[in-house]
Amino acid sequence: MYSDKVIEHFSNPRNVGEIEDASGSGTVGNPKCGDIMKMDIKVEDGIITDVKFKTFGCGAAIATSSMATEMVKGKSIDEALELTNQAVAEALGGLPPVKMHCSMLAEQAIHAAIQDYQKKQQAQG
Amino acid sequence: MNAIYLDNAATTAVSPAVLQEMLPFFTEHYGNPSSVHSTGRDARKAIENARRQVAAAIGANPQEIYFTAGGSESDNWAIKGAAYANRKKGNHIITTAIEHHAVLHTCAWLEKQGFEVTYLPVDRNGRVTPEQIEAAITDKTILITVMTANNEIGTIEPIAEIGRVAREHKVLFHTDAVQAVGAIPLDVQAMNIDMLSMSGHKFHGPKGIGALYVRRGIRIDTLIHGGAQERGQRAGTENLAGIVGIGKAIEIATENLEEKAAKLSAMRDRLIDGILERIPDVRVNGPRDGRLPNNANISVRYIEGESMLLKLDLAGIAASSGSACTSGSLDPSHVLLAIGLPHEVAHGSLRMTLGSDTTDAEIDKVLEVLPEIISGLRAMSVLNRETSTVTDEVFYNGTK
Repeated sequence: MYSDKVIEHFSNPRNVGEIEDASGSGTVGNPKCGDIMKMDIKVEDGIITDVKFKTFGCGAAIATSSMATEMVKGKSIDEALELTNQAVAEALGGLPPVKMHCSMLAEQAIHAAIQDYQKKQQAQG
Repeated sequence: MNAIYLDNAATTAVSPAVLQEMLPFFTEHYGNPSSVHSTGRDARKAIENARRQVAAAIGANPQEIYFTAGGSESDNWAIKGAAYANRKKGNHIITTAIEHHAVLHTCAWLEKQGFEVTYLPVDRNGRVTPEQIEAAITDKTILITVMTANNEIGTIEPIAEIGRVAREHKVLFHTDAVQAVGAIPLDVQAMNIDMLSMSGHKFHGPKGIGALYVRRGIRIDTLIHGGAQERGQRAGTENLAGIVGIGKAIEIATENLEEKAAKLSAMRDRLIDGILERIPDVRVNGPRDGRLPNNANISVRYIEGESMLLKLDLAGIAASSGSACTSGSLDPSHVLLAIGLPHEVAHGSLRMTLGSDTTDAEIDKVLEVLPEIISGLRAMSVLNRETSTVTDEVFYNGTK
């Protein structure tokens, strides 16, 4: 049911882990529905220089986390905010319909991390 | 195709001996059993032979066996048929929260038709007691339906005692024995069972064939109208080769059953104990004693079941899970929730069901690769002892 690309990212996920001095961090999902994603980003001069994830979830959740980190790494904040769940799913060669909510979580996790970063920036004034 | 198949509760391979028995009935003895000519009569004989084989395996009379298309049809027919045939006596049905959906969804449909259904809760090991059943009986109760053994966590229910309660109160008793036939000894007389559902492909027979036992003298409404087959109770030209197949399969499955069950149980226990020794933060779902000989079901803390299945699949091992991600819905298994597991723990379940051809070397292989798979997924997971809200007490729920 999964594309080769999904299996490949699931088997060799990119950017797993946490960033100790993260510029922003976001956690989305909940244990009730079986998926939780945490994204940490490091931002320098408006560019996402590093991104790491940790995910509790199914194969699609892990693969979309991995793909989403690849897609935003090296991008500006504005570019990263344009990341959509469709783009993540397409980059993975498509997802089964019941798994589309996993790609939604990847988009939300990136957005949550960026929001956290922006909040911290504002707080610093 | 997986090198190691540990999903025998989902389905089993047709055994070569069963296939050999079936083959002539596709091309040689293909007659319509309802025909008068000898080709038809040969087919009829083969069906009656299979009926005897099925009846003998559960202590029934051949006239009490009706062939169906499988376990789900048998459950549907028994429950709807008994409900409608007894509608004038009452409208109350008693069942449990952990039945197969073929029973639960049938009961839910009957509720829409005006029947009332009591869904009894189970204990932390998945057991319902005869006392619970007795307390739920009212003067409107017409049917009790409780599975012989649970398909997910392997719990064997106290069927004989429930049968006795049903008999004392003159209420019909149906049991979904789809997972139990060929796994544990069954006797419809000794256990006071009025109706019993089974499915051929769970014990090395073909898919698409099942049977329903209905005790002589009990009338249930017909589900499929349109012909005189199965004593006018289940119309449609018989699945001849399938019927021959289920007959042979049940004969083989119930030969030396206790010996085979003891061997499987020992292998299952070695698998479960091996996992508990090697991997921390794992619980066993279902009881250690009184569970199906082939069923191992665990919940692994901090990770999700489908990701385990995929990793196992990549390692050549077929298993299953009660995670939502394997059901196509957002909710994990109703059985795991019914035994008191929080969603997070239910999502992390792994079921491995052994078969008659499972080897010690295969168990060794699972014990070798599973710890690595689990530690790898845990390293990737956002949940751990610090971030998870599930406490030890809730996780083990008195099972450790």
